[in-house]
Amino acid sequence: MKIEEVPQERGMMPDNIYEVCYALDDNGHYVLTASAGWNPKNIANNQAWEVIEQEIAKAIEGIHAGKLSPLAFHMAKNQMNTKLLAQYSGSSRWRVKRHLKPVVFKRLNPAVLQRYSEVFGITVKQLQEFPEKI
Amino acid sequence: MKIDFKHRHSAHCESGVSSNLLFHYGVDISEAMAFGIGGGIFFGYLPFLRVNKLPITTFRCEVGGIFKRLTKKFGVDVYWKKFRDPKKAMDALDRCLEEGIPVACRTGGYWLPYFPSAFRFHFNMHNLVVYGKEGDEYLISDPVFQEPVTCHRKDLLKARFAKGALAPKGTMYYLISVPEKIDFAPAIIRGIKEVCRRMLKTPVPIIGVKGIRFLANRIEKWPKKLGKRKAILHLVQLIRMQEELGTGGGGFRFMYAAFLQEAAGILDENRLLDLSRKMTSAGDRWREFAVIGSRNCKNRATQSDSFEAMADILRDCANREAAIYQELMEVVS
Repeated sequence: MKIEEVPQERGMMPDNIYEVCYALDDNGHYVLTASAGWNPKNIANNQAWEVIEQEIAKAIEGIHAGKLSPLAFHMAKNQMNTKLLAQYSGSSRWRVKRHLKPVVFKRLNPAVLQRYSEVFGITVKQLQEFPEKI
Repeated sequence: MKIDFKHRHSAHCESGVSSNLLFHYGVDISEAMAFGIGGGIFFGYLPFLRVNKLPITTFRCEVGGIFKRLTKKFGVDVYWKKFRDPKKAMDALDRCLEEGIPVACRTGGYWLPYFPSAFRFHFNMHNLVVYGKEGDEYLISDPVFQEPVTCHRKDLLKARFAKGALAPKGTMYYLISVPEKIDFAPAIIRGIKEVCRRMLKTPVPIIGVKGIRFLANRIEKWPKKLGKRKAILHLVQLIRMQEELGTGGGGFRFMYAAFLQEAAGILDENRLLDLSRKMTSAGDRWREFAVIGSRNCKNRATQSDSFEAMADILRDCANREAAIYQELMEVVS
């Protein structure tokens, strides 16, 4: 790839972020150049985010339908599954799964809620909230 | 407190951290050189290891391998430690900083607040250098960012103790002593030999050049076997592994070509220049693969953009790379 071929196609990255791309200058020497992004990569990234957003939407739907607790939303938003959340909260997978039930979640003691909110970096009050829609 | 540490923007975190650390101790080494000597280039299609239920394809060697092999060849003394207790891990880091030692940490990218949100995924093999502390803010040279950044203690702690696959477990490392004089030539030769052996002779079908061919055969079957949606998701993951995560373009192939070019000068070996050009062309082919792949993702694929066509590009990549490593082997033996 030559310097003039280094793509500058900005995707979701903020404007001040560039990444290094190795490219050839006019004399055929490799130099480090800054790239703002590349469409094929942006497309792939968008797809990856779509999958995450679908998961979040599914969680919100479940909460509104009374099948899931707000924990499901925060788990999806943080791109976690029950296994990863269990590791972060220092608990077991089946307990996390239990806490995804609205009835169980409502009765959780403050210490457990505190632990979850610390994992997500939010307050206990925020942990009990969820948006209407994504 | 702040150590006078030169931040150099790099393509990849581990080779960037390795070369920047060495540079701090007076070794004039580029990122590509660190990557090449550390034997960073690789290929592995690992269907049994999954991220978000999608198989991992890797274009680089194992985490920590570049740093390990590079420092070993140079005869650099290294301190390397994992921790159980987050507080002890942070205290150990603070002590080193007070002694004026820049410390590299392995972290989970998801928890680093200076990462743009589009970048924030759970990947646990992100390396960075901590070179100072002001109050509770750590001064960080993250090689994939243009400028040095800062990070609060509680965030860095979280990042160092990220959970999940390849959890960093508070890993930190730094250089203890660096030899006065370092001879690059033998290190380069050994680095190239290692890479050739790994890419050509690993007796497993999913690793090295064989692995690329294996993946080509798999890709052809994806639409039938997985259905359209899943096939696309697999493809998305593959493109991201190849181009995202700081590869310098073309799944590290361009960075390796840059290394070969630099090595040609040091070893005074013109054949390496030619091989560097060939590696660049191989990298270009990988890029073409990504272009066609992304067209499929966007449903803009034309007749000639089929999964079979992509498989053919991969086979071409495999053939090109096989020829390169074979020739490289002859050059260095």
